[in-house]
Amino acid sequence: MTQPRTMRRVLAAAVAAGALLITAACSSGGTPAGSASASASGSATDWDETGPIVYAQGKDTSGNLKDKVDEWNKANPNEKVTFRELSDSADEQRAEFIKRGQSKSGEFTVMSVDVVWTAEFAANGWLTELPSDKFDTTGYLAAAVDSATYFNKLYAMPSTSDGALLYYRKDLLDKAGVQPPKTWAEMQSICDKILPDQSGMSCYGGQFQKYEGLTCNFAEAVNSAGGAVLGDDGKPTVNSAEAVAGLQWMVDGFKSGMIPKEAITWKEEESRTAFQSGKILFLRNWPYVWNLASAKDSKVAGKIAVAPIPGKDGPGVSTLGGHSYGISPFAKNKGTAMKWINWMLTEDNQKKWLQTASSAPVLESLYSDAELNKQFPYLATLGESIKNAKPRPKAVKYGDVTLAIQDAAYAALQGQSEPQAALDGLQTKLQSLVS
Amino acid sequence: MVADSPATTKNKKKNPLSDGQGSLAALLISPTMVVILFVVGIPILMSIRESVFRKNEGVDPNTGMVAQGETFVGLQNFTDIFNNPTVVPGNWGQIDRLLNAFLNTTWFTVVCVVLETVLGVAMALIMAKAFKGQGLVRAAILVPWAIPTIVSAKMWGLIFDADGVMNKIIGQQILWLADGPQSQWAIIIADVWKTAPFIGLLTLAGLQTIPAEVYEAAKVDGASAWQQFTRITLPMVKPALVVAVLFRTLDTMRMFDLPAGMIGFGKYYVETVSTLAYVENNNLRYGPAAAYSIILFLYIVFVAFLFVKLLGADVVGDEELKAIQAQRKRQKAAAKAAGSKPQLAKTTVTSGSAAS
Repeated sequence: MTQPRTMRRVLAAAVAAGALLITAACSSGGTPAGSASASASGSATDWDETGPIVYAQGKDTSGNLKDKVDEWNKANPNEKVTFRELSDSADEQRAEFIKRGQSKSGEFTVMSVDVVWTAEFAANGWLTELPSDKFDTTGYLAAAVDSATYFNKLYAMPSTSDGALLYYRKDLLDKAGVQPPKTWAEMQSICDKILPDQSGMSCYGGQFQKYEGLTCNFAEAVNSAGGAVLGDDGKPTVNSAEAVAGLQWMVDGFKSGMIPKEAITWKEEESRTAFQSGKILFLRNWPYVWNLASAKDSKVAGKIAVAPIPGKDGPGVSTLGGHSYGISPFAKNKGTAMKWINWMLTEDNQKKWLQTASSAPVLESLYSDAELNKQFPYLATLGESIKNAKPRPKAVKYGDVTLAIQDAAYAALQGQSEPQAALDGLQTKLQSLVS
Repeated sequence: MVADSPATTKNKKKNPLSDGQGSLAALLISPTMVVILFVVGIPILMSIRESVFRKNEGVDPNTGMVAQGETFVGLQNFTDIFNNPTVVPGNWGQIDRLLNAFLNTTWFTVVCVVLETVLGVAMALIMAKAFKGQGLVRAAILVPWAIPTIVSAKMWGLIFDADGVMNKIIGQQILWLADGPQSQWAIIIADVWKTAPFIGLLTLAGLQTIPAEVYEAAKVDGASAWQQFTRITLPMVKPALVVAVLFRTLDTMRMFDLPAGMIGFGKYYVETVSTLAYVENNNLRYGPAAAYSIILFLYIVFVAFLFVKLLGADVVGDEELKAIQAQRKRQKAAAKAAGSKPQLAKTTVTSGSAAS
């Protein structure tokens, strides 16, 4: 009888420990950040200090960053850059950066910051203000620079950008003899023309699962209808007639079957799969889809093309994505950090980066580069999309803001509330979140 | 063999198991206690401290900088559920987010554990039978339990996809992964699939301790198979089964991986107290996150207590201690009858296994 008893004891201990760990897990990182971040202000920053630095970003999916770092290290042996690769999950990257910010650790000199984190990080004093004489953003996409700016100060240097594209089945549109749509109404009439001959195909798809992608799609619908989530003065304007019209379009799309019912569970990949298997005629998605949908094993390879996303009365307004380089105010050797960032962002390097990692550059001129356009047929369209793109709400409590947006949009899409009522509720919530 | 009689008052209060070797024992276990203090005790105390604080949130209208530091808020993180509720839509109507998560946690626990117990016992009965390929069946039944939860969460996510296997099999278009009552069932199915084998395994261990003679005697007496199950198998396997159910209950109450990995955060139909605490923590509200964790911790302790008291779950299973307690009772009764002070029972052994 000794055996089972011992086992039970062990199991009992394990359960007890497990229960305790839950409580323990949440206690980390709670130390008060102390006094206001004096070191975060630009004037006190020493831009002449050089030496080894650490660059941290999420998983390097291109696999080319190590070569880039080696190239720099070979040329600058006294200012070596060490690459710290973080998780590929955006939430975990953010948690890593916040942990270092709160403990005032300068472990990461340069951080690759998602555009939606800029406000939160800057407001907490976890990013160094970047003076314009050291960091030149001339020729950069205005929307990308705007997304890295907080209270009229630049806190990060845009490194990559991202915008929405409308993928469509060129073969079917050509057969019907129509041009890609510029407005929602045009898109609907094209579908009415083509779909009767295509069994099992729906008109349009995007990302409508309840997650960050829904925030992007919702903001696009609102902006494309002439509304805005936050007005120019930063105050919420999400229950305006235009914004309601944007959400109404999404809701009606689900009701009429223009958007298939299962799209309520789609994220990027699910919607891409649906497009590639011929389930939808039009797909709103990011540039990464191009290579995958054009690959040899794709059923729609050679049959697709891209256009700017449509809007209510004209071209639509994309949501801006992308990353920026931020410098930790607690780190040493900011001079090297500055040199490294500026080197990574030279026109030549941005070009190479597009070619090797196929991520969208932040230098506007590259989008009209003839050579690059041959290699990336979607590039000119993407440039147009990003040029008109709007950032998501710049909020210190972005996590709460995006969840509030998702709550309202998702309830309306599921038919649980009317668009006007949902957005009235969202307006009230945003007013308390964005102050 | 009473070593140190006549006992002083001080000695009487001593642990009857220690036999005056208390200081040596304390010395020997002190390294373990120090480790436990650091990895368990201090974090719990810090959590409790954190739960009565709240991060300052104001934004300076001129610089955009956030106010730093924390403010002591007393029990406000706990009482906000009544005073300042965050109303969310979920399975239980428009109620506070914490209350919603609490009800989800309870609902998942009750449904999952009941289904798992029924299935687990059935599995154990099958596994206990001697037949050809017994080893293979045992191994097959245990496979789900061996798969890490986050992996099975992603796997079931594919199965429950709109175009997934599940919808193909049932021939209907159910959107399992959308936030709704159906997503609760997706979680329940995945959890039952994964952990019924756990109950099966522990029940099997209990089944194998039942001597075959008991069944033979029952057969001779003409008991039916059902009578054998309800009168012999269940009562005799109960100690093992209750412990298995207790562990599953405590484990399900802190369910995190399945809702997080399969359905996602911010989905109110499947939000449990654990995932809510994670979300709050992620939004830099460490105070409420710690408070919710403590609420869950107390809830789990309460349920464990109920199990031990009501169902007599014998978690520690220390027969020696029980024997001593029974002996003390008898001595007390005898002493009362005789009208004198009792000489309490003391053990002569220090190893735990001698009493059996």
